[in-house]
Amino acid sequence: MFAHLLRFILIGLAKFITGARAVGNLEFEQDASPALYFANHTSHGDFVLLWASLPADVRKKTRPVAGADYWDKTPLRRFIIHQVFNGVLVSREGCQPTNNPLEPLLKALDQGDSLIFFPEGTRNLSDELLLPFKSGLYHLIKHHPSLKLQPVWISNLNRAMPKGYPLPLPLLCTLNFGPQYCASSQVSKNDTLHLASSELLALKQDTPV
Amino acid sequence: MNTTTLLLFLGLGAFLLLASLIGQLLAWKQGKTAVVDNLNQRINAWWVMVLVLGVAFAAGKYAVILLFLGISFYALREFLTLLPTRRGDYWALLVAFYVALPIQYLLIAIDWYGLFSIFIPVYVFLLLPILASISGDTQHFLERTAKVQWGLMVAVYCISSVPALLTLEIIGYEGRNLLLIAWLILVVQLSDVFQYVCGKLMGKRKVAPTLSPSKTLEGLIGGVFLATLVGGALHWITPFSFGEAVVIAFIVNALGFAGGLVMSAIKRDRGIKDWGAMIQGHGGMLDRIDSVCFAAPVYFHLIRYFWT
Repeated sequence: MFAHLLRFILIGLAKFITGARAVGNLEFEQDASPALYFANHTSHGDFVLLWASLPADVRKKTRPVAGADYWDKTPLRRFIIHQVFNGVLVSREGCQPTNNPLEPLLKALDQGDSLIFFPEGTRNLSDELLLPFKSGLYHLIKHHPSLKLQPVWISNLNRAMPKGYPLPLPLLCTLNFGPQYCASSQVSKNDTLHLASSELLALKQDTPV
Repeated sequence: MNTTTLLLFLGLGAFLLLASLIGQLLAWKQGKTAVVDNLNQRINAWWVMVLVLGVAFAAGKYAVILLFLGISFYALREFLTLLPTRRGDYWALLVAFYVALPIQYLLIAIDWYGLFSIFIPVYVFLLLPILASISGDTQHFLERTAKVQWGLMVAVYCISSVPALLTLEIIGYEGRNLLLIAWLILVVQLSDVFQYVCGKLMGKRKVAPTLSPSKTLEGLIGGVFLATLVGGALHWITPFSFGEAVVIAFIVNALGFAGGLVMSAIKRDRGIKDWGAMIQGHGGMLDRIDSVCFAAPVYFHLIRYFWT
């Protein structure tokens, strides 16, 4: 009940402050196979905004992937990420022989859930448009060849909610949804990541703001 | 709301009704074309804008001040969104949105003209570069500071001249200041509408091809001429005589046109067509009120100098 209310408030707040406008390919296919929405990562608000921009029925089966190191720290954060956002936590410590950090993501995809994923792995605070993608995206595709990939370029959120500052600025943000595509699991890791990052960058070019 | 204002809004309603009828007739005769669709979207948006203005007028002075505070907020937001700033501008932007904007309108509400007229051009002008320099980021320093200051001048200072008309004390015109606002907005916006209509009907020669390809000489002359006539014909709602109303209407229309050109130049430079998407068919808030931004301060000071 409380989680529902908080979710409603957070979505409304995020949309009001950023004036979030979703443009581009907004026809979400509603079939059983899960989708992976991947976006540039510049702010903590990224996943909230992307998640809020999805139609309610798509949102219901879409889970944001978030870093365990941040979200597992306090009970409040755990409550928010699990109860409010139904997120999937991923460890960013890297791959150890004993456990595969992508395990929880694969499990979610097996259940038919879609994911919101930031392939850069960490927030981009540099002047570059994108950081090099981590290999996580490639491994997800390899394990789930039927996965539908959809790039989403989020513009301006790094200006509206810059890291390390107390109050958000009411600048307008735009989310440009690209076309969905299926990656071939036959392609090499470098090519897969390169294709994904160029699909995402291509969206930046025609994002109105 | 007094009877004159009521009459004015009834007239506007009738005018819009006629426009809607023509729009539907065109849609029915010509089918779905982009121009007709856009025309009807524009007319529908006009209904909403007139309605919002009417409600604010009915609610009185403070509602009008709040309405223009909102308009300034949306305009400033569009302006600063489209002009890139850097991390080091955070505090300057914070002050622009959360301090300068509300204080400017508060000064109107408490009728403190002395500070209202210099707050942004003097105090905020000095404060913004101080805040930006503290961040230590020197890249494009002057450019960044100028952007924030310019945004505040156009979107807040200039627009706030409209509700500031309510603070003027004109002898023999007490209690009717809302009509000064109605006259200004009507004349300037009608000029935009007439320019659009005349341009679409008989526009041939482009008047500023590099700035705004849709503006034509025929549209400009027809629009300004017709709107100036309407301004003169409506002199009875203002403290102006017919002749004075014609001169002032011509001045605000010329400034409004120039304002549109200047804001277009900024848009072209940034490679965009519209400032935003909040008003269907028109673009953003700034696309709709760019002409008012340039006309309002001069209108305000003309009246203040000659009539008070």
